[in-house]
Amino acid sequence: MPSLELIDIRKAFGATPVLDGVSLAMEAKEFIAFLGPSGSGKSTLLRIIAGLETADSGEVRLEGERIDTLPPGRRGVAMVFQHYALYPHMSVRENMAFGLRNAKVPADEIARRVEQAAKVLEIEHQLDRKPAQMSGGQRQRVAIGRAIVKQPKLFLLDEPLSNLDAALRMRTRIELAQLRQRVDAAVIMVTHDQAEAMTLADRMVVMNERRIQQVGAPMDVYRRPANAFVARFVGSPAMTLAPATLVGDGDYARVRLGDGSEVATRVPRAGLPEGPLELGLRPEHVRVGDGDNATVDLVERLGERTLVYARLADGRAITAEDNGDSRVRIGDKVGLVIDGAAAHLFGPDGAGYHAEEPRA
Amino acid sequence: MTGGRRDRLAGFAFVGPFLALYAFLLIYPLFMGIGLSFHRADLFGARRFVGFENYARAFADPIAWQALWNTFKLTVLIVLPLTAITLALALALNRATRGAAIFRGIFFASSVLSVTIVTLIWRFILTPDAGLVAKIVTTLGGTPPPFLSDPNLTIPALAITTIWWSVGFPMMLFLAGLQQIPADMYEAAALDNAGPWTRLFKITLPSLRRTLILVIMLQTAAQLQLFGQAQLLTAGGPSGASRPVVLLIFEVAFGRWELGYAAALAELLFLLVLSVTFIQYWAVGRAAKEER
Repeated sequence: MPSLELIDIRKAFGATPVLDGVSLAMEAKEFIAFLGPSGSGKSTLLRIIAGLETADSGEVRLEGERIDTLPPGRRGVAMVFQHYALYPHMSVRENMAFGLRNAKVPADEIARRVEQAAKVLEIEHQLDRKPAQMSGGQRQRVAIGRAIVKQPKLFLLDEPLSNLDAALRMRTRIELAQLRQRVDAAVIMVTHDQAEAMTLADRMVVMNERRIQQVGAPMDVYRRPANAFVARFVGSPAMTLAPATLVGDGDYARVRLGDGSEVATRVPRAGLPEGPLELGLRPEHVRVGDGDNATVDLVERLGERTLVYARLADGRAITAEDNGDSRVRIGDKVGLVIDGAAAHLFGPDGAGYHAEEPRA
Repeated sequence: MTGGRRDRLAGFAFVGPFLALYAFLLIYPLFMGIGLSFHRADLFGARRFVGFENYARAFADPIAWQALWNTFKLTVLIVLPLTAITLALALALNRATRGAAIFRGIFFASSVLSVTIVTLIWRFILTPDAGLVAKIVTTLGGTPPPFLSDPNLTIPALAITTIWWSVGFPMMLFLAGLQQIPADMYEAAALDNAGPWTRLFKITLPSLRRTLILVIMLQTAAQLQLFGQAQLLTAGGPSGASRPVVLLIFEVAFGRWELGYAAALAELLFLLVLSVTFIQYWAVGRAAKEER
């Protein structure tokens, strides 16, 4: 049975539309990340699922049951808020038990669930503390614990890692991945951090401009971005997009860049639209070699690899990758070698066209 | 001259004028009052040191005890309903609609009136021959209650008047307190299946605890010093039944010209208000600690 189904969700705040016909079906126990920039509508969508906002039209179903007509507490969902939203005057134990008490769960069952969740989250010695006595990471665990004890059908995580410092964020990310194995429910996480989405989610829902841009497994989205927005948003550093014109003929598209160089892609020529194209290149598909077709603007040494931000003869910025021990310096003339077989093309409307997958 | 010392001098230059005024108008009279309370003194400057005689007299004076008891009754009858009413008003008016804004203005309006106007209005309402209450009761076929002359009714009449006059400020304090409760806490409560009563008693009121203590203590300190309404509405009568401590002090000082005795009574009231304030500090500190 599908877990969550969204059917043509629309929402506007006054005259400002924020969601424009969003539909999605989640599989059982799937972990989905809503990924998008601020204002893309991802948080609003999460709040509509939780019942904190009402959609103007459309349906929300959870395990077959329509839930958008139910109050938030009766939907079978639990939410971890971005700023945790713990009750400051209650102890950790009371914070976790509050929802169960309101749902009239028997006291011994509440105690059992709270103890169990506290153990999983390693906060069993802090159950009698107040939230203000705890660190940010511990509060985060309490917020997760408060969701776990409800044994929901669906967890909603609103930017769960954004309030943690870098070291703690990495650790919590791993813990979230482990936790996910233990809970018997589907998970939706809202994030604007593509690394979080890629590492945690089974599928990513990339949102922008009130709509879903692409739904897919992280590596599928990375390898075959549906459009130029997704191509730029997913992947760090971002994919280089350069204006290109189609030249010559043959089964696969061959394009000329602004500096006159030509790139032979493996994108089938058939099906490409008329009009100006853009060539999309991931940094790992542009290598630094001998020659002088580009000038280096900036060098980022990441240890195992080096990112080279360069400029082609026509001034077009392009990001390339070099080995970790690269000797390239700012101002150097370098020869960039483009792996045409891995390049993407984007049509005038932004739609993406990709190289044929090698046949197995 | 070092920078630190110059900064300190500049600081004193800024607060100096205020400190001088404060010392002259508040600190100096405070000690003068304490000194005066150990003397037998009249308004014409004759004074004689009598030690604790004025204080001993106060503790033995049935009229002083009556005034203290009246003050206590007034404080209880005003502070508790006032707190409940202003809290209810704040809860009802804590929304961003235009109607709520208008009502906030209306309920705050009485606070800007002077005590003279307030008592005048309530005299029109309460007076037994032609007052508003009297007219309504008469129309319904009853006998109007003599609010301003029955010794059992004068204190409730003063309490009602004072509550009507005082709703604005505590209501604003509660509204400010309500605004500070983060909205996502209510969202978490909605997901936690909390109904309206659970939200009120488990989220809102605990979050307002410090404001609640503040309002009760500020109002207690204020009502212990109740004066103008009593003087203008009932003149403390009949036979002292509605005379609060400050009115007694006023009568002793400026009616009987016994400045020393009045000062002693004032110092005793000062100690009472001071102790209430200390209780407030302790209670707020404890509330803050519990949240930590």
